Amino acid sequence: MANIIEIKGLTKTYHNKKALNNVTLTIEKGKVVGILGPNGSGKTTLIKILAGILRPTGGEVFIDGNRPGVTTKSIISYLPDRNFLYDWMNIQDAINFFKDFYADFDENRAYELLDFMKLDKNMKVDSLSKGMMEKLNLSLVLSRNAKVYILDEPIAGVDPVARDQILDAIINNYNEESTMIITTHLVRDMENIFDEVIFLKEGEVYLLGNAEALREERNMKIDDLYKEIFGA
Amino acid sequence: MLFNENLPIYIQIMNLIKKQIVKGELRGGDKLPSVRDLSTELKVNPNTIQRSYHELEREGLVYTQRGMGTFVTEDEEIIKDLKQKMASNLVNSFIEDMKSLGFSLEDIFSIINKKIKEG
Repeated sequence: MANIIEIKGLTKTYHNKKALNNVTLTIEKGKVVGILGPNGSGKTTLIKILAGILRPTGGEVFIDGNRPGVTTKSIISYLPDRNFLYDWMNIQDAINFFKDFYADFDENRAYELLDFMKLDKNMKVDSLSKGMMEKLNLSLVLSRNAKVYILDEPIAGVDPVARDQILDAIINNYNEESTMIITTHLVRDMENIFDEVIFLKEGEVYLLGNAEALREERNMKIDDLYKEIFGA
Repeated sequence: MLFNENLPIYIQIMNLIKKQIVKGELRGGDKLPSVRDLSTELKVNPNTIQRSYHELEREGLVYTQRGMGTFVTEDEEIIKDLKQKMASNLVNSFIEDMKSLGFSLEDIFSIINKKIKEG
């Protein structure tokens, strides 16, 4: 199957601190990929490079055959790890904002997702709880017909009910034509939705592989493997 | 649903469906939930569910009808076989565990006999 993402020898340095060191990996089209690691392991840096927000210090990145830039941004739908909407907006404003910005935005899907998330389009952005905000941001990001969805910590800090809704929305939105890349340190809650997992440790790829094959090979859950790799 | 055994998820889902077949909750000719529905219900990657269905089909327990879905086999023999196999797996692992605790086969036999008489 075709690779949608190819990364070769990727390095990112902030001043003299190496956030990513010689990362090489490929991601196949149609897969749900988990990028796993504790805070500071380089997950967000890697994702920001894919999203075209940060520039690599060294190495090569190809997304659907192109280097990160205008073309790749148009096929990537990116959920940052913090809210990206303005306080003065209500939810309808946020939808209009996305509609203006992205040619691939499916307004009807946005309304369906909001309905599923039990969010009203008249609610003001600055009145939303953390969980509601996450659900709104995710609904908008999933309403684009993108080739690649990149979700940075989609369930961090939300209550169990919101977490289940978010997982359902991710699973329901999955299709063979798109690829999902999801970072998380909440491995137990998310491991069942991954085809592939990539363990990042101190800016390097420590281990990667098919989630089921790893379970079979190591005779443990991905969550336990995570604890073994990153535990004291 | 949380999967706790240290087994690949697709095998755990296969076991789940096998149990439903043996218990008669799923009967010959019954339609399995769609991949998408089961995926949402169990919160598991659709590719994993697909693999479970595929492996069940290879074992002859289910069959797929194009565009219709996946159905439990109507072959009673296969279901009877499955029941036997599951029983013998349980008994085998019980005997293994008992042996590892130091019981002989005679010990095991008399413990079971006693248990049955007690009701």
